Amino acid sequence: MSESENYALAVNGEVREVKDAWLGESLLYVLRERLGLPGSKGACEQGECGSCTVFMNGNAVCSCLVMAASAVGSEIATVEGLNPDGTLTDVQEAFVSEGAVQCGFCTPGLVMAVHHLLEENPDPSEHAVKEALSGNICRCTGYGRIFAAVDAVVSVRKEMSR
Amino acid sequence: MPVQLPISLSSAIEMLANTPNAQLLSGGTDFMVEVNFNHRHPEHVIGLRNVKELQQWSINSETSTVYIGASVPYSTMETGELAAALPALAQAARTVGSPQIRAAGTLGGNLGTCSPAGDSLPVLSALDATVHLASVDGERNVPFNEFMVGPKRNSRLPHELVSGVTIPMSTGFQGYAKVGVRNAMVISVASVCLALHNDAVSVALGSVGPTILRCPEAEQWFNDLGAQQLTDSIATEFGARVSAESRPIDDHRSTAEYRRHAVGVLATRLLQRGYAQ
Ligand SMILES: Cc1cc2nc3c(=O)[nH]c(=O)nc-3n(C[C@H](O)[C@H](O)[C@H](O)COP(=O)(O)OP(=O)(O)OC[C@H]3O[C@@H](n4cnc5c(N)ncnc54)[C@H](O)[C@@H]3O)c2cc1C
Ligand code: FES
Ligand code: FES
Repeated sequence: MSESENYALAVNGEVREVKDAWLGESLLYVLRERLGLPGSKGACEQGECGSCTVFMNGNAVCSCLVMAASAVGSEIATVEGLNPDGTLTDVQEAFVSEGAVQCGFCTPGLVMAVHHLLEENPDPSEHAVKEALSGNICRCTGYGRIFAAVDAVVSVRKEMSR
Repeated sequence: MPVQLPISLSSAIEMLANTPNAQLLSGGTDFMVEVNFNHRHPEHVIGLRNVKELQQWSINSETSTVYIGASVPYSTMETGELAAALPALAQAARTVGSPQIRAAGTLGGNLGTCSPAGDSLPVLSALDATVHLASVDGERNVPFNEFMVGPKRNSRLPHELVSGVTIPMSTGFQGYAKVGVRNAMVISVASVCLALHNDAVSVALGSVGPTILRCPEAEQWFNDLGAQQLTDSIATEFGARVSAESRPIDDHRSTAEYRRHAVGVLATRLLQRGYAQ
C-alpha cells in the first residue's frame, strides 16, 4: 500500500479537503464516503450504468472512473449542487410529476445527464435524447416516463423563453 | 507525491523518466475499471489530464494529414471539423461506450490499452497513421501497424508516452462499421475500417485477430482489378477475400465462425457505400 494522500477538490464551488486517502480511490468513493455527498450512486463501478454521473469541467462523466486524486484542479459538480438551497430543479420536478422515479436509484445520474443534454441542446430530437441517455441504465421504468419528463422540461422551458 | 499532474509535456516526460514504475492515466475509462476491480495496483500515477500539448489537434491541408493529441476525447472527434476531415474516425468514436465514456476516453488510452477491440485502432491502421511517442530521449514515430504487436501489447518503451497520432486523410470514401450485441455501450464483436485513397482500397479489421489486421491480399486483388464500376459480384468476392484473411477466435463475446462471416459482410457493405458516394 502506498503512502496516504492529502489533497483538495473543488466540489460544487467549494474547496473540500480529502485526508489520508488511498491514491486509487475513485471520485465516486471520495464524494460518498469522505465528503458526505451520497447523491451520486454506485452500482457497477465500471462505467456501464451512469448512476454515478457528475460534471467535471462541464462534461458529464462517470465519477467511478475518475481517480479522485487526479481531479485536483478540476471543477466538479454533483447532483447536490444543482440547486444549492436544496429545492428541486425543473428537471427533478418533471421526473417527479411525470412518474419517472420508481426505485430512484438511477435518478440522480439521469438528472445530471438530462441537465447536461439540455444545456448543450435545448430542443433535442427523440433520437438525440435517446443517444444522450444511452449511458444511464434504469431497471424499473422502461424509460418511457423518463423521456416524457425530458419532453415536459423542454416544453416548459420553451414556454418560459417566449 | 504518488499522483503527479504535470501541465506540460516536458514535465510529464521528465516525471516518467524519474519514476520508472509510474503508470500513465488519461481518461481513466480502462485504468479505473482495473483499479476498482483490484486488477491494477498503482503506486505512482502520472495523470495527463492537464497537459496542454496533449489536448491539441490540427488539420494540415498542405500535407493532407490530421494531428490528434493523445488526450483529445472521443466527443471531440464525433462532430465538427475533425469529423469532416476523418469521417471513419468520427463513426468509430461515436460507437464507443456512452456519452460519459466518450467525454473521458482518449486515443492515447485506446493506444495504451491496445485491445484488438479498440474502436479507433482499425481506423489508424487503414489510414496508415503514425503514432508519436515522447520521452526524454526525444520523439519516436512508429507506424500504427508496427506499434501494435499483440493483444494488449504495443511497442511503447516504459519511459515513453504516446503524445499523439498523425493520420493521413483519404482522397476518397472512408468508413467504419462495427457489430456488437446492441447499439450503445458495446465492445465490438467484429469491426472494419475501409478507405479509398488515390483509387486504391485499404481495409483493416478489429476483434478478429491478435492485432488489428490489414488485408493485403484482398486489397491487392481489388486494386489489380482496376474496376471502374463496382458490381455486386466484385463486392461479394472482396468480402469473401477479407473474411479469408481474418484470424478470429471463439470467446465469451462471439464465435470465430460468426466473426469471420461478419467482417466479410461489413467489408462488402463499406465498399458498396464507398462506390455509391
Ligand atoms: C463502459 C465502457 C465502455 C467502453 N466501450 C468501449 C468501446 O466501445 N470501444 C473502445 O474502443 N473502448 C471502449 N472502452 C474502453 C476505453 O474507454 C477506451 O479504451 C479508451 O480509449 C481508453 O482511454 P482513456 O483515456 O480512458 O485511457 P485510460 O484508462 O486512462 O488508460 C488506458 C491505458 O493506456 C495507458 N495510457 C493512457 N494514456 C497514455 C498515453 N498518453 N501514452 C501511453 N499510455 C497511455 C494507461 O496507462 C492505461 O494502461 C469502454 C470502457 C468502458 C468503461
Ligand atoms: S457506478 Fe459508475 S457507471 Fe455504474
Ligand atoms: S427507477 Fe429504479 S433503476 Fe430507474
